[in-house]
Amino acid sequence: MAASDAGGHPQNVGCRTLSLSAHVGFDSLPDQLIRKSIKHGFCFNVLCIGETGIGKSALMSSLFNTNFEDSPSTHFLSSVRLRAQSYELQEGNVLLKLTIVKTVGFGDQVNKADSYQPIVDYIDAQFEAYLEEELKVIRSLFSYHDTRIHVCLYFISPACRSLKTIDLLTMRNLDRKVNIIPVIGKADSISKNELQEFKKKIMSELVSNGIRIYQFPTDDETVSEINTITNDYLPFAVVGSMEKVKIGNKMVRARQYPWGIVKVENENHCDTIKLRRMLCTNMEDLREKTRAYYESYRCCRLEKLGCRDIGPENKSISSADPLRHRFSPLPAPCLDIPKLRYRRSHRPNRNQHPSLDRAIIRHLHK
Amino acid sequence: MASCPGAPTLGIPFGVGRGGQGEAPQWAGGVPVPRPLCPLQDDKEYVGFATLPNQVHRKSVKKGFDFTLMVAGESGLGKSTLVNSLFLTDMYRDRKLLNAEERITQTVEITKHVVDIEEKGVKLRLTIVDTPGFGDAVNNTECWKPVADYIDQQFEQYFRDESGLNRKNIQDNRVHCCIYFISPFGHGLRPLDVEFMRALHQRVNIVPVLAKADTLTPAEVERMKNKIREEIDHYGIRIYQFPECDSDEDEEFKLQDQALKESIPFAVIGSNTVVEAKGRRVRGRLYPWGIVEVENPSHCDFVKLRTMLVRTHMQDLKDVTRETHYENYRTQCIQSMTRMVVKERNRNKLTRESGTDFPIPVIPPVPDVETEKLIREKDEEVSVGQPEPPDPRPHSLHPPPPPPPPPPPPPPP
Repeated sequence: MAASDAGGHPQNVGCRTLSLSAHVGFDSLPDQLIRKSIKHGFCFNVLCIGETGIGKSALMSSLFNTNFEDSPSTHFLSSVRLRAQSYELQEGNVLLKLTIVKTVGFGDQVNKADSYQPIVDYIDAQFEAYLEEELKVIRSLFSYHDTRIHVCLYFISPACRSLKTIDLLTMRNLDRKVNIIPVIGKADSISKNELQEFKKKIMSELVSNGIRIYQFPTDDETVSEINTITNDYLPFAVVGSMEKVKIGNKMVRARQYPWGIVKVENENHCDTIKLRRMLCTNMEDLREKTRAYYESYRCCRLEKLGCRDIGPENKSISSADPLRHRFSPLPAPCLDIPKLRYRRSHRPNRNQHPSLDRAIIRHLHK
Repeated sequence: MASCPGAPTLGIPFGVGRGGQGEAPQWAGGVPVPRPLCPLQDDKEYVGFATLPNQVHRKSVKKGFDFTLMVAGESGLGKSTLVNSLFLTDMYRDRKLLNAEERITQTVEITKHVVDIEEKGVKLRLTIVDTPGFGDAVNNTECWKPVADYIDQQFEQYFRDESGLNRKNIQDNRVHCCIYFISPFGHGLRPLDVEFMRALHQRVNIVPVLAKADTLTPAEVERMKNKIREEIDHYGIRIYQFPECDSDEDEEFKLQDQALKESIPFAVIGSNTVVEAKGRRVRGRLYPWGIVEVENPSHCDFVKLRTMLVRTHMQDLKDVTRETHYENYRTQCIQSMTRMVVKERNRNKLTRESGTDFPIPVIPPVPDVETEKLIREKDEEVSVGQPEPPDPRPHSLHPPPPPPPPPPPPPPP
């Protein structure tokens, strides 16, 4: 019987598929795997990019049903900054370490040409921190608090009825580094018809500018149906509220107007619940895709340090070379030691001798 | 849709703490039914990230698992039979057994059998590493060396793969567990056993078993086990330790866990044949005086071994290999690389080779005192085992103005 490709397992020459005559019991392996993760807790990091006052804090509080205390910021900051806060949430026996990073002062400056740079730098810094940990001599990857950004909620202003240039510029610089989900903030100022037009316009502008946003996966049959449907609702028109209004005998998150009450958790009023559902049911996929983004960051970074993989013919291959795929899984490529120029990292080093560490990695493959 | 349960009792549908004690865990059907997210107009606290473990579960099932098991011990102790009994399948086809003459000059070989097995949707790629020839020669000095080298080779391969640029399809061939067979015909451990276990206990999880336990009466088994445990302590052998039970596990589980720990080394019997006993068909060995049943807990500890190895601690064995043994290997590897790199730098400085042809980072040559300090610092970092260095030294690799003899090439920006 030919060895079947078990999902992620590469084909192995000489591997047989055997049948079992009775119950052995290794079907409990996934449970064993999860038991440890549950004890340790899961990390999830959200980045919110949007103008001052667009409703980032309100949305976060509504999504996670917890009022995260945050004071409103001023419009008069000279440059864009990022503010990160971590919280621990528990639901059932699942512990979630949530980190919310918000931009402060985005879109406020008169000259916005460099607004996206601090954001890109922040995302890269988290990747760099993880890479540093991986390269350490004594490392503790399994208890490392992962700060890499898993999802980026990009808030589009409802005022303009189309994407602004700064939106395009920022998203274009981020779409290869992080999962972007565009949302329309303060969507209770748009009527239903206008909303349809607006959403169509945004999606077509994103497509025509070649910006890659996160598509909810449709390959897992458990969630493919709901994901396919929800993919059509992008970008989500969200409304958030830190306050609760008494309706009937319940306190409900809502915004009270003279002409009516906008209920945050009502799917007819806004897409906040859809966003929450999508984030929660696809959380692991978001984390997996972030790991893939990290791998390409790492690849670029190591290449910049001068490392190249070598194929069997002793020719240097770059990561863009399609030939590379022929050389997996064996033989293992060895890193070439080139004529060396490398840049020391500008971050304060937790390792004492980073250049030595990198030299060692290269030397290992000598 | 089911009505939405309140937050604290939003049960996560799996038997945490049970992990398959013979009966199927609550969702061992492979793909668990996801909890329907209820309409949220009236619910206050429910967010929904509690399904995250389900998602991880599904992805792990899709990806499949792998496990590498090594069996070691003298010939004829029943290693292959035990493996077949454990996984209820016939791993070894066309096996050729050597006779005594052929074994005189036999060296220890390492052979690998890889099989794909599946149960209830969970796929496992099982690799059995065998060590035929171990302990068979007349002179067995250092016969553990090929085994240790094999394990180190797997670690090295993984280290290279992990440090490479493309890490998508890394194959993990590291040995996760080594079952060591102790002969029941003596009075405890023999010198070869001690040597082997001491050579390997820092590299792999060792699970000692007492082989062919059907030659011992229960009292003799107890005596042997106590003796072996004593000797293991006495010789400082670190066998695989079961993790402590959580305080919130139930009493029954804790008792079982305690019983498991006290049964080391497991007294096992294996069998390739099925016999008829009391009307049932069981794996066993037929003697004139009775039938030894492999899966009978009062006959031997086979069930305990299988439960531990397959049903409850397989993932933990992999975790300990990854987090402890492999990390130790990696640290040592880097430490020895450090010395080589620094020595080479100094050697190159002395021979005054052109800087642009160096295969290592061009930095100003470091005076010997500095080199020794570097090596010492690296050693300290390794031995003290602290993740945070006491205080970063920003300029230790770029010392102040070079000494009068030829100025070194300037460091890159």
